[in-house]
Amino acid sequence: MSKEAIKEKSMILQKEMVEGLFNDLANAKELGKKVCYTFIPGNLSELIRTFDMLPVYPEINALQSAMRKQSGAYIKEAERNAHSEDVCTYVKCDVGMMMKGNIGPTGQKIPEPDVLLLSYTGCFTFLKWFETLKREYPNAKVVMVHTPYQENGEMTPEMTQYMVKQLKEEVIPQLEEVTGIKYDEAKLQAHLKLSAEAEDWITKIFDTTKHKPSPIDAYFAGVYYIGPINIGFRGTQKAVDYYKELYKEIQIRIENGQGPITPEGEMKEEKYRLVVEGPPNWTSFREFWKIFYDMGAVIVASSYTKVGGVYDMGWRHDPERPLEALAEYCMNCYTNMNIPQRIDLLKKCIVDYDADGYVTNSIKSCNSFSAGQLGMMREIEDSLEVPVGFIESDLVDPRYFSYSNIKNRLESYFQMLEQRKKMEKETV
Amino acid sequence: MKDLKVLIEECKEHAFDLNFTRAKNWKEEKEGRVLVGYMPIYFPREIIHAAGGMLVGIFGGGDNKQIIKGDAYYQSYICHIPRSIMEIALDKHLEHIDGFIFPSICDVIRNLSGIFKQQKIGKFVKYMDFPQNFLPQIGGVFYQQEMEHVLKYIKEINGKVPTKDELNHSIDLYNKNRQLIEFIYNIRQEYPWRLSIEDVYSIVRAGTVIPVEEHNAILEQICTHIKEDIGVPQDKIKVVVSGAFCEQPALGLIRAIEEAGCYVVDDDYMLGSRMILGDIDATTDNPLESIALSYINQSQYSSSIYDVHDPKENRLAKIVKDRGADGVIFASASFCDPSLLDAPIFQNAFDRMGIRYIAFQFSENINQYKVIKEQVGTFSDSIKLWEDEPILVAK
Repeated sequence: MSKEAIKEKSMILQKEMVEGLFNDLANAKELGKKVCYTFIPGNLSELIRTFDMLPVYPEINALQSAMRKQSGAYIKEAERNAHSEDVCTYVKCDVGMMMKGNIGPTGQKIPEPDVLLLSYTGCFTFLKWFETLKREYPNAKVVMVHTPYQENGEMTPEMTQYMVKQLKEEVIPQLEEVTGIKYDEAKLQAHLKLSAEAEDWITKIFDTTKHKPSPIDAYFAGVYYIGPINIGFRGTQKAVDYYKELYKEIQIRIENGQGPITPEGEMKEEKYRLVVEGPPNWTSFREFWKIFYDMGAVIVASSYTKVGGVYDMGWRHDPERPLEALAEYCMNCYTNMNIPQRIDLLKKCIVDYDADGYVTNSIKSCNSFSAGQLGMMREIEDSLEVPVGFIESDLVDPRYFSYSNIKNRLESYFQMLEQRKKMEKETV
Repeated sequence: MKDLKVLIEECKEHAFDLNFTRAKNWKEEKEGRVLVGYMPIYFPREIIHAAGGMLVGIFGGGDNKQIIKGDAYYQSYICHIPRSIMEIALDKHLEHIDGFIFPSICDVIRNLSGIFKQQKIGKFVKYMDFPQNFLPQIGGVFYQQEMEHVLKYIKEINGKVPTKDELNHSIDLYNKNRQLIEFIYNIRQEYPWRLSIEDVYSIVRAGTVIPVEEHNAILEQICTHIKEDIGVPQDKIKVVVSGAFCEQPALGLIRAIEEAGCYVVDDDYMLGSRMILGDIDATTDNPLESIALSYINQSQYSSSIYDVHDPKENRLAKIVKDRGADGVIFASASFCDPSLLDAPIFQNAFDRMGIRYIAFQFSENINQYKVIKEQVGTFSDSIKLWEDEPILVAK
């Protein structure tokens, strides 16, 4: 575990992008930029860029704190201040981090928000989170855009119009007021064009897992791949360049018949292909991943990589309908889809990517994902007759990651997969 | 007029009947009647009534239902109400209910609507997305469209489209209902010993599972009874209970709070029945718009409504002041995101405002209240016995 991770050019590119963003944030005042706190699902990156603001994503800060082993202390700090043990640990980590000086992952202070832009998509806790932040930052402008849930498995014209009206009559005028910048639709359209391009690339990238062996891990490595498109770079040439480079690297891996890169080098043998539902655990991310790659398990698709946008079914930002595109994007994020839609999407992944099994990582403090997962799992097992596995952990609370429990469960699950494979071979 | 005790017993029978017998009988009495189940917190019952239907409150199994199958659907760290609703559904208690409405409260109830859809329970399942935008021309219009969507489902079942007059008549009936319930709370503010909170709770909850006309008749009689100087005052403090707006505490717990020394002069147990403050305009040509505007302009605060323009802590503080309460009891269902995420907001504000409070968590099926009773009793004693004592600071 102490080995230095292998870095490809795309990784270096991403690192530069993220560092650049945090540097800009640290110098936001000097740069004359307004700071906009917002969330990943339903993030209006193109609109934020149209108003020349810098984005801050509290849940990204939380997960990065977890990866740097700081989230435990932040969570305890929040719990000392009346936050319950049983609520979203992203919220508590963010609140604790704020109480301890709001130092970001690069060691620089994250500036206070000028705008709290809540495009409340697929997660009710976001709404509560911003209520908390508003009380901490009373001078920040709060801009709320309510994203209707795809309760009937569709985006109706009424839902889109509801959102477009909010964008036109509330969001845009308020962003103009805060930034002093006039809304420029042509600028937004230019960003949206680049978004659609990046979305094409990322779809092609996640589709490469059809190859055997899969050249990438679409969950553990996938969370890095979705970084640029989710954290404010969607709608930029930088994001397009990053995904082009990444795709090129993956193509070389396919040509060479190589498996995914792990923190300990290339995965040599692909034994099991899995689809995973639910976010990863961040506090023990590497240990968690290692359990899988040590067993030769590669994740060929995951729902978590769709949390900031679902592009598999062909939807793209359409520059010709800019506000409608923003509205549809928000409504089309994974957790804004109803349970039957989620089941259909996961089943499609299992079939399209020829997965051997389906694993749910149920997160204790994330009801947006977790509530309903058992029913989904049962339906997938019944309809596809695919072996299913179930483990439990948490997002950023280290107290809820039990390595031995998870390892035991997964080992039993892999034994079951092995047995199934043997039986299939014997039948053939 | 019936005796008060008889009325209360009738209400209790209705309120906790997991077979929803009265609703079932009502439906069978006349062809074309539709039953629609709804989960907490709020739904405009007026529109279902006008469409020839009746809305039936499904507020979980409480401590009357053993959960076996429901646990297979929900992990241990998810609140109790979805598993008890699943249990009720899988045990076929809801078979005579035509459709189900899941108002936007939280992710759990939202996703439960998906499980109902996936399991094909009922003729329709509607997640009711209440607007978080409070401009009449934006959120108000969207809300009307959501109501029209529900009416379309009902029309598919009974072919009925409610007229303007029918809608206004239904609004009138529910205005009356809210007035009568408010009257009870207002009487109790001054004379809480006339009717226990346990009885108030049962009376209000009964109204979610019987026809509104019958409920109004019961309420009228109860209001007449409690205008009289009945009951014996006891030495108790007055409190407001907040946080139990979705999963409901067992009746025993509601009773225990009062037995431990606290008259509950306001609460959010059955928030949906009291969500709209004051009357809805029942005289307009566009009743759906009236209902939408009432939600936008005159709804009670709720943990499920984005509140930054009208902070909930100020609104609860006002209730405490208006009711002359001595403090607040925050009672949150275990793992209830909206309630628990609000806790720091309320508690930090009340620390600043000097409003006294305690907080505990419950689950709908707990029936051992000793610890909570001791906590509530200590809270009551601390206010009753030492309120005016100077605070001693150790040196």
